[in-house]
Amino acid sequence: MSLDITPTFTATEEARRQVEICNACRYCEGYCAVFPAAFAERSFSDGDITQLASLCHNCRGCYYACQYTDPHEFALNLPAALAEVRVESWDRFSWPGGLSHTFQTRGVALAGALVVGIALMFLAIRAIGAAGGEGFYAYLSHTAMVAIFAPAFLFPLAALAVGVRRYWAEVGGAPLKLSDLTAALVDAGRMKNLSGGAAEGCNYEKGDRYSMARKHAHHAVMWGFLLCFASTSSGTVLHYVFDMQAPYGLFSLPKLLGIPGGILLSLGAVGLILLKLRADPALGAQSAWGGEIAFVGLLGLTGLTGLTLYAATGTGIVGPLLALHLGTVLAFFLTLPYSKMAHAAYRLAALARDAQIKAARG
Amino acid sequence: MTDIDLVTWDLVVVGGGNAALCAAIEAAETGAKVLMLEAAPKTYRGGNSRHTRNFRCMHAGPLSVLTGTYEEDEYFDDLIRVTKGKTDEGLARMAIRDSEACLPWMERHGVAFQPSLSGTLSLSRTNAFFLGGGKALVNAYYNTAEDLGVRVLYDAEVRHVTVTEGRFEGLDARIGGKDVRIEGRTLVLASGGFQADLDWLADAWGPAARNFLIRGTPYNRGVVLRDMLDQGADSVGDPTQCHAVAIDGRSPKFDGGIVTRLDCVPFSVVVNRDGQRFYDEGEDVWPKRYAIWGRLVAAQPDQVAYSIIDAKSRTLFMPSVFPPEQADTIEGLAQRLGLPGRALRETIDAFNAACREGTFHPTELDGLSTHGLTPPKTNWARPILEPPFFGYSLRPGVTFTYLGLKVDRTARVSAHGARLHNIWAAGEIMAGSILGEGYLAGFGMTIGTVFGRIAGQEAAAHVA
Repeated sequence: MSLDITPTFTATEEARRQVEICNACRYCEGYCAVFPAAFAERSFSDGDITQLASLCHNCRGCYYACQYTDPHEFALNLPAALAEVRVESWDRFSWPGGLSHTFQTRGVALAGALVVGIALMFLAIRAIGAAGGEGFYAYLSHTAMVAIFAPAFLFPLAALAVGVRRYWAEVGGAPLKLSDLTAALVDAGRMKNLSGGAAEGCNYEKGDRYSMARKHAHHAVMWGFLLCFASTSSGTVLHYVFDMQAPYGLFSLPKLLGIPGGILLSLGAVGLILLKLRADPALGAQSAWGGEIAFVGLLGLTGLTGLTLYAATGTGIVGPLLALHLGTVLAFFLTLPYSKMAHAAYRLAALARDAQIKAARG
Repeated sequence: MTDIDLVTWDLVVVGGGNAALCAAIEAAETGAKVLMLEAAPKTYRGGNSRHTRNFRCMHAGPLSVLTGTYEEDEYFDDLIRVTKGKTDEGLARMAIRDSEACLPWMERHGVAFQPSLSGTLSLSRTNAFFLGGGKALVNAYYNTAEDLGVRVLYDAEVRHVTVTEGRFEGLDARIGGKDVRIEGRTLVLASGGFQADLDWLADAWGPAARNFLIRGTPYNRGVVLRDMLDQGADSVGDPTQCHAVAIDGRSPKFDGGIVTRLDCVPFSVVVNRDGQRFYDEGEDVWPKRYAIWGRLVAAQPDQVAYSIIDAKSRTLFMPSVFPPEQADTIEGLAQRLGLPGRALRETIDAFNAACREGTFHPTELDGLSTHGLTPPKTNWARPILEPPFFGYSLRPGVTFTYLGLKVDRTARVSAHGARLHNIWAAGEIMAGSILGEGYLAGFGMTIGTVFGRIAGQEAAAHVA
């Protein structure tokens, strides 16, 4: 870090002010993991605040239940305070620095990445071409695809790993045990912290009424994404291990995973965007609102363009659709460590750290 | 807004807290046309209910989040202990018995419960905690009421209830800055006590009351209560008394709620403005003593006191909402708190000299008492020696007032000894019928829920 950039922890300080008031109240203990974690402490270091912020799923139950929200002089808005801390912390952790701020806060930056990605793929198809392949490879050779996507996949993962290591150091994480990771994966897989404690889901698009819509939409996106990823991975295995070349038929593993995955991902993304448009932006990180909408849109587009491409098999528009799909995927991967997608890694880390702390407390 | 004065409402509910909502919901479920008039703006709706956290509930076996059993007699004994017998046994036992059926009713109408909060395990058997606290409960009930077609108006302050020959005919209200006349066939009064009217408090208690903090809503000004009393409604409860507890002296004047609680007194030395002790800080565990400390502090000069601890007691009680004043010497702390340094030093020295060796148990009466000190500290007396030293100011925080409308078992209000035809009351405005003195945690919500429901049912039956 260069010396002329002094980290400002204003979001952290505001969150600490709020969490200390929460700690004297405790009415929200049952909503999610944030509160039991906070109420076990008496004072909060910057790392503690980062950890609490990363546990928060922005379900907003605590905001609507809070007797101290504006116009009360305590002016609590914990979901927003913690969301701002998250945005700041991802800026701080991301590597290389600066990119995270751009892609988190500016939807237009992600849109730009998308345009660049698609343009690059058109260019690649035109410049590199088929080299005698079939199916999709009739437009862009398999070798070329691997040459573009292997680094475009591995670099972001490496960058994200740097960020998560920085996170782990800041929150004071101990060496990771398998049980911590398992606990984190179970919580994330069930999206436990979007369940709203004993009540029914989030206080999101319907104000103080509970709704499972956000949890369901998020599930669709997460599982859809994982299915699509599994589909691509299975294709890779078929290609290299079994020497089975694309295109694959309807009853092949890539299609059986990819089609439902693409549908879930697309519908879930549309759902999340509609919900976000209806929810009160003042209860989230307002600076990141546009970036988040753009990210969910991009994620949904990867699914939608994939499905469209499959539907268009054998028609004359496969070429442009292929460029569109691959460009979207490229933009998604290249911005992954700096977009809202990074939350998946930090969230898992936070849940694992929470499991550690709980285990240590006994 | 424009149409509310053109309709004759089946039921007009005055108030917007738990009792008002329970009454409105019960009546609306029978199909009655219900209007609720909440004096507060929407953001502050819910009266003192928005600050509550639990519901004291009788149960013959585990019920929802409640463990074990809590039978009628034990519940009633708890009530007798805090009220010193100042209760109406018939009404009290009815409220206790009805509480058991209320909990499932509350859940059916949107209220979510959670296990007893950390630091309150002693209540896990007797009190069902609302997930998110009372404001979440209030939100759930407003949603239920809205779904049932209840019409709710905010910023709606009722000025005068027209009662002619024992019959409610209508009322005058100021709604959103405009005077409106509202006609209705029945009336439920659930508009709370008068503790936010400092003039009234000062009339009742003396000028010292102006220095009291009001823990709850600033909208409980008792306008309707006074209007009814002026018209001869029968009253109950000591008009000069309020329930006041010792809270953090730096709290907001109104609406500080739960976080203003300070639990440090039993582990501290408490002095007044002049640096002098005035009462046994270790008389009993804090949940049994915080209420009397409201009165004790109220009786001190300027209605303020200071609780002093040292480093070894810092983590023995729930965190405070504001950090304590802190210094490495007693004199330094005195300066920070605005206390006479020498007097405080002498008080602490005298206290320390009176402390004896013994085993300290923060969670039980440990008998670790001072010797030869007046007043004594009879438990948890450990010398104040280890820096840094911490100090909190204490002020009386008023929770509710006891004066209210007298009701019968059907929540019906009477005047000059005769039942009014179509007026009922529920919640704090009539709680003095049962709580003549003291307070039992979670019992206000029990009274509000039980009598709110009864009032709503009775009003609905009246218009059916």
